[in-house]
Amino acid sequence: MSLLEVEGLRVRLPTTRGLVTVVDGVDYAVEHGEVFGVAGESGSGKTMSMLSLLGLLPDGAVVEGSVRFGEHDLLRMPRRRLREVAGRELAMVFQDPLTSLHPMLSIGRQLTEHVRLHLGLGRRDAERHALASLTDVRIPDPASALRAFPHQFSGGMRQRIAIAIALACRPKLLIADEPTTALDVTVQAGILRLLDRLRRENDLSVVLITHDLGVMSAIADRVSIFYAGKVVEAGSCEAVLSTPRHPYTRALLDALPHPEGLQDKPLVAIAGAPPSPGAIPSGCSFHPRCAYAQESCLHHVPPLVAMGDRLLACPIDPLVER
Amino acid sequence: MSALEVRDVVVDYEARGGGRVRAVAGACLTVEPGQIVGLVGESGCGKSSLARAAVGLVAPTAGSVFFEGAPVSPLTRRARPRELIRLQLVFQNPYSSLNPRRKVGSQLGDALDALDLVPRRGRSARVRELIELVGLPATAADGYPHEFSGGQRQRIAIARSLAANPSVIVLDEPLASLDASAQAQLANLLVDLSRDLDLGLLLISHDLAIVRHIADAVSVMYLGLMVETGPTLPLWQVPLHPYSEALIGSVPHPDGTGFLPEALPGEVPDPANPPSGCRFHPRCPYVFDRCRTDDPPLVPLQDGRTAACWLQPQGAPVALPGDRVKGVNLPR
Repeated sequence: MSLLEVEGLRVRLPTTRGLVTVVDGVDYAVEHGEVFGVAGESGSGKTMSMLSLLGLLPDGAVVEGSVRFGEHDLLRMPRRRLREVAGRELAMVFQDPLTSLHPMLSIGRQLTEHVRLHLGLGRRDAERHALASLTDVRIPDPASALRAFPHQFSGGMRQRIAIAIALACRPKLLIADEPTTALDVTVQAGILRLLDRLRRENDLSVVLITHDLGVMSAIADRVSIFYAGKVVEAGSCEAVLSTPRHPYTRALLDALPHPEGLQDKPLVAIAGAPPSPGAIPSGCSFHPRCAYAQESCLHHVPPLVAMGDRLLACPIDPLVER
Repeated sequence: MSALEVRDVVVDYEARGGGRVRAVAGACLTVEPGQIVGLVGESGCGKSSLARAAVGLVAPTAGSVFFEGAPVSPLTRRARPRELIRLQLVFQNPYSSLNPRRKVGSQLGDALDALDLVPRRGRSARVRELIELVGLPATAADGYPHEFSGGQRQRIAIARSLAANPSVIVLDEPLASLDASAQAQLANLLVDLSRDLDLGLLLISHDLAIVRHIADAVSVMYLGLMVETGPTLPLWQVPLHPYSEALIGSVPHPDGTGFLPEALPGEVPDPANPPSGCRFHPRCPYVFDRCRTDDPPLVPLQDGRTAACWLQPQGAPVALPGDRVKGVNLPR
């Protein structure tokens, strides 16, 4: 049985123009100990679909569908109970650790507070636990780090601390939202290796939200590509990134320079811009930007269906030369 | 004659408490007409300080900058010398460098008026020309900056710098915070502009894959110093400095092969307190005794390449990474 099963998730957010759909019927499952990658451009709904699991959406948001996490149904749980479950078994790491860490509290305080609350440890035990957590994410001199404050650390070390805090209660699922976007590549490689090691050693499942397909390729086992609130292609990371079959996935990859590719080949940008929520085109929402679009794409919303080794929401397969 | 030449530039800043921090510790760099030079390195290595010194925004503590053969004088309260208008700078965030309350066309017009470059009658035609030069529709002149996407705003900022008919533009992280598709568009635009207008570009970026794709030459900077320079592809294929090797090895590959990039151990040291000898030695996998005491100079090697590493003796054939003697390996 999968650790997390999301079915028909739909999220609508209140705006001045009424409710706007940002996640439009998404299904996926996350297995034990895997890294599940969620990719797409900004505004594609990848972050909102995750925040909805934790009950972190703005007031007035409407969430439909079902989210099963272990034996819990996260969407139909009283808020208090969700806080207990989500606090202990689900954790989240954000893009910028400087805004997610409290600037005025010591690292030790931030690492022990929720451990004492959720695991019921006393102060001494919680401190010992915090020390072990910092050691686990390879913070040099963890004992003095406990007494230090966030601004005293570099960006990479802060992200390691945020990961230590997230993992302190030994959650089953870590949601990492663009965890390396604000970091240098050398530091990014360290965080990717850390996540990869933690999931192997601790049987941790990771949902990795990123717009960077290189980061995805490094540690994800399976991926879902989001476009305008829907999944357009899903499958093993290897299959989707090495032989992309949805025109959007292909276009995303063609826009990227490969670190070992040819230099004189110009990068191919995707025409137009992603649609804003509330102004989603009819039919296939990618059709105005799609090089393969046909008449039928304007009227017919392609369902996400099994096609060989993956799920694909496009009846036109760009791999087949026409 | 190089379009832009940075010679042994040192930039110091006053630190809190009266000390001095050396952000750039004697860096050299040249940009030829029509050439794209990439400047790469981790945050805090002094890339942006060097860029600012190169256009005269900060006064170097030592060293000199030459633009088309004439020295670049640092900005003071007086007007910037007329000759320097052909040396332009584009900032990372176009949303803060463009005026949000004025139309794009009039902001471009301001640039023309301030420099008195075109007669009043030809102004709107030139504005239209600038907008088309960066691939935007002529109607963009009537829009406000917030009506454009991040990539389009960066094009507008570039159009404004093109108003001065520059021969060199220094771009500080122009591609950061853009989606892949917008990044690709802008990268292609920079290549076209450089080729069509014989424009020298100094491209500062932490996105190594983009730099590799569009730059003709690359300079790798570490803690205020150049550690390696050379033509892009040879440098990428066989990096001669261990730091370049580590930087290139840490770039992920978006191809589904599951390649897990190598992490460089340790952190960038505090520039106020740089390590003795070679500044990279505490993180270097090939470190040996001499590296801890003597600072290696940047020496010329084959094929227009230079490197500052004791493993690359001047004049001798370049040593491939595999041929190097491994020193004490640091724990990862």
